[in-house]
Amino acid sequence: MKRAFLGEFEEVVLLTVAVLDESAYGVTITQEIEQKTGRAVGFSTVHTTLQRLEEKGYLSSKMSGATAERGGRRKRFFAVTTAGRKALMEVKNIREQLWDALPPQTLQLMGG
Amino acid sequence: MKPPRWLSALLSCFGDPNTLEEVQGDLLELYAYWVETVGERKARWRYGWSAIKLMRPLTRRKPSDYSSPFLLSPDMIRNYLKIALRNLAKNKAYSFINIGGLAVGMAVAILNGLWIYDELSFNTYHQNYDRIAQVTELGVTKEKRPYLQTSLPYPVATELKTSYSTYFKHILIAQQPSDYILASGDTKLTQKGQFIEAGAPEMLSLKMRSGTWAGLNDPHSVLLSVSAARALFGNTDPIDKFVKINTEMDAKVTGVFEDLPHNTAFHEIRFFAPFDLYTSVNTWVKQQQWDNWFLFVYAQIQPNTDYAQVSDRIKDIELNALRKLEGKQEQIDRKPQISLLPMSRWHLHGSYHADDRGPVQMVWLIGLIGVFVLLLACINFMNLSTARSEKRAKEVGIRKSVGSQRAQLVSQFFSESFLVVLLAFSLALLLTTLSLPWFNDIAAKQLSVPWANPYFWLASLGFTLLTGFVAGSYPALYLSSFQPVKVLKGVVRVGRFASVPRKVLVVIQFTVSVTLIISTSIVYRQLQHAKNRPIGYNRNGLLQIQKKTAEFSGKFDVLRTELKNTGAVVEVAESRSSVANITMWNGGFSRKGKEILCPNGCGTLSVTPEYGKTVGWEFMAGRDFDRGFSTDSSGLVVNESFAKMIGLKNPVGEALAWNPGWRNTKYFNVLGVVKDMVAMSPYEQTVPTVFFLENYHNWINIRINPAMSPAEALPKIEAVFKKIIPSAPFDYQFADQEYALKFAAEERIGKLAGVFAGLAIFISCLGLFGLASFMAEQRTKEIGVRKVLGASVLNLWGLLSKDFVLLVLIGFGIATPIAYYSLSDWLQNYQYRTEISWWIFAASGAGALAITLLTVSFQSIKAALVNPVKSLRSE
Repeated sequence: MKRAFLGEFEEVVLLTVAVLDESAYGVTITQEIEQKTGRAVGFSTVHTTLQRLEEKGYLSSKMSGATAERGGRRKRFFAVTTAGRKALMEVKNIREQLWDALPPQTLQLMGG
Repeated sequence: MKPPRWLSALLSCFGDPNTLEEVQGDLLELYAYWVETVGERKARWRYGWSAIKLMRPLTRRKPSDYSSPFLLSPDMIRNYLKIALRNLAKNKAYSFINIGGLAVGMAVAILNGLWIYDELSFNTYHQNYDRIAQVTELGVTKEKRPYLQTSLPYPVATELKTSYSTYFKHILIAQQPSDYILASGDTKLTQKGQFIEAGAPEMLSLKMRSGTWAGLNDPHSVLLSVSAARALFGNTDPIDKFVKINTEMDAKVTGVFEDLPHNTAFHEIRFFAPFDLYTSVNTWVKQQQWDNWFLFVYAQIQPNTDYAQVSDRIKDIELNALRKLEGKQEQIDRKPQISLLPMSRWHLHGSYHADDRGPVQMVWLIGLIGVFVLLLACINFMNLSTARSEKRAKEVGIRKSVGSQRAQLVSQFFSESFLVVLLAFSLALLLTTLSLPWFNDIAAKQLSVPWANPYFWLASLGFTLLTGFVAGSYPALYLSSFQPVKVLKGVVRVGRFASVPRKVLVVIQFTVSVTLIISTSIVYRQLQHAKNRPIGYNRNGLLQIQKKTAEFSGKFDVLRTELKNTGAVVEVAESRSSVANITMWNGGFSRKGKEILCPNGCGTLSVTPEYGKTVGWEFMAGRDFDRGFSTDSSGLVVNESFAKMIGLKNPVGEALAWNPGWRNTKYFNVLGVVKDMVAMSPYEQTVPTVFFLENYHNWINIRINPAMSPAEALPKIEAVFKKIIPSAPFDYQFADQEYALKFAAEERIGKLAGVFAGLAIFISCLGLFGLASFMAEQRTKEIGVRKVLGASVLNLWGLLSKDFVLLVLIGFGIATPIAYYSLSDWLQNYQYRTEISWWIFAASGAGALAITLLTVSFQSIKAALVNPVKSLRSE
């Protein structure tokens, strides 16, 4: 099977789910991304991305934790699957390899 | 602090049901958060925006677990076709109703489409179609009604030619087209022709068979149409042969043009001759001034101008000229404006009453009827397909459970509907071809199916696809939505309202049909009403001959004696106009200094003393002219309408003064009063008319001996004419036939409406028949049980029929006011009109009901008679 490609926003969402650990669901993920990256993300964008990641098998989900604030509706909590962790690691490795390959003077110029 | 409820509702309707719960929860939570952080207004905005973006068509759909099949696989298409054909073959009655009904509907639509195309493409035969115009005079009549007249005073043309020629490529003056006698050797023919200036062949882009467009440059030339050339010269070459027009004008044939097609304004013209040839004999023409309206002026404008611009420049030329003359106040009051009438408007917008929308309305009406009849047929198709969906439900269930997807089922049902529509279309083409000669006959058209025209096929294709789509969409989308589990378990949930759309469609069908039936009956009533109008003379066996040439003059007495000697003729008289027309109008009557007002002019017809005896007029008072009294030369016979205007109980013997304006006052004595004779339109009030003995005669009237049949009498009469006036062909009219022509337009509408109403009711009944048989079939078990429990046939018949009767009654209820309003509007066009009486509606309603019952009863009685043992056996 062709390895699924992880888009930039998908990567951010997947990482955020990993960061939030147990408490990752639609609202927290949206807020976390907004705070950490400082960019305005629409809820619908996050939602569809979560759906897509689940379809690709990087996320698993279960329903629980209804509150009155939500009109008694349950939350869908997300967790990163093994495949998801692998994909994240792979992306990280690629990034690191690329950083390592950077010539030192260029690194200096960039203020690193 | 709740988000707007309608947005939440929207989301719960259109959101993806799989994730709806958490999405709704998350959004609520976020809303509360947004209200705190960015304020309520922005929160609402964000909430709404998210909700809309999460609606299903906008978010990504979850892909199916199975790979998508190839929708155009030839095997599947073959299978669809096979199943479709098997279904058609299995249910022959339904197939017939579907295909037959649709074909009839389509044939009507095609015929109407051709009709409309013909009307709209009028005159497009001419290459300069969009630059040709007729110069017209617009104005307002005394009754404040706008008028448009094509006859102009001669100086208008002169003025245009001298001062405005830069705007025009051609300015052509012409006589009105009329009948002339063409003679070559012994062959004499009456042909319609027009005297026009030499630029005409070029302007009209005549297709020349021989000769050139320059053919009219010589004042003694003539261009013949192919048909006229053939009639005059047979197969010999007509070029350079000589033709005598009306025995007084000599011309040489310089060209032959193809006959103009039926949908052009000049289609009746068989020859064009130079205007100068006409004026060489009729020298009075060029001396005419602003007081004689007789001339036609055609123009072709330059490519760099447009009609409005030129019309604006020339509009005041007549008014300015009239203002310089004395005694023209009456004409100035009509505010005459010279204007160009573009060729594209001649046919539909060229009536004398400029506000007459009749021809355009007719086009709309025909189009509307075509659409409606087609709609009726589509409704049948939809109704029967949905009604029979239960039969196909099992098939849908099985197809779905072996892996068919909804898209495939939709395409299957669409392909089925396209197949049926295609079959219907071929049948419709056949029907159109077969019925075209007959349709042409009633519609007075020369339509033909343009087989070679790619646009026709393109339109047909579009039209077939559209019909297939409209007719097939409901079944395709509805049937394919069945859930296989339920269907195969045998529970087709036909909700309480599943049959509502079907019922609405039946109501629409019957509304249209009943409206058409009522309209047809009223059109016929109006026609009969006008036909039964007393006409005041005896039109049977009355022969009329127009005195077309100078040869007739001075021969009347000889003719009369000779004709009477044959024994075939009772009486002969001359008159100014034919009995079916009035061609001399005047005013200026007065009695004891008090003017007798003729609101639209009075008919003033000169006759010979025996005119009354010949036409058979009926006296109410006084006496007829008599050759014995020399004083009768200053006698008047007036008609009833005129007598009423004099305002006396007994006007006989009164002295009237008559000053028509073009001669000195003359005094007349009223000799007698005759009953009104219908000379002009049978739908309008009779024109006040006076008859007097002076010599302005154009017609010879002959009363055939009633003891002899016209077939016997005609050869004898012809022989006399041939002997005395050998140069003129013996062209005659029967008065009754001329009179019948006055009804042609209404008869045409009546016949067309009748045919369409018949077809509409036929198609509706076909549909009803199908529905009824389906209902009966569906309720077989119920009927069986009812019978076992003791229901009578009558009970069952009532049970099965009452639904349909109700629908028809609703349709009738809607149709009645529609028909009433539109038809009282139509009848307003006629001064002499019939009443819309209630019984027409009652009869139409009863008729529709009777037909419905007949259609439905066949099925319901059949179902009610079935032995319950048979219908219940299978359980």
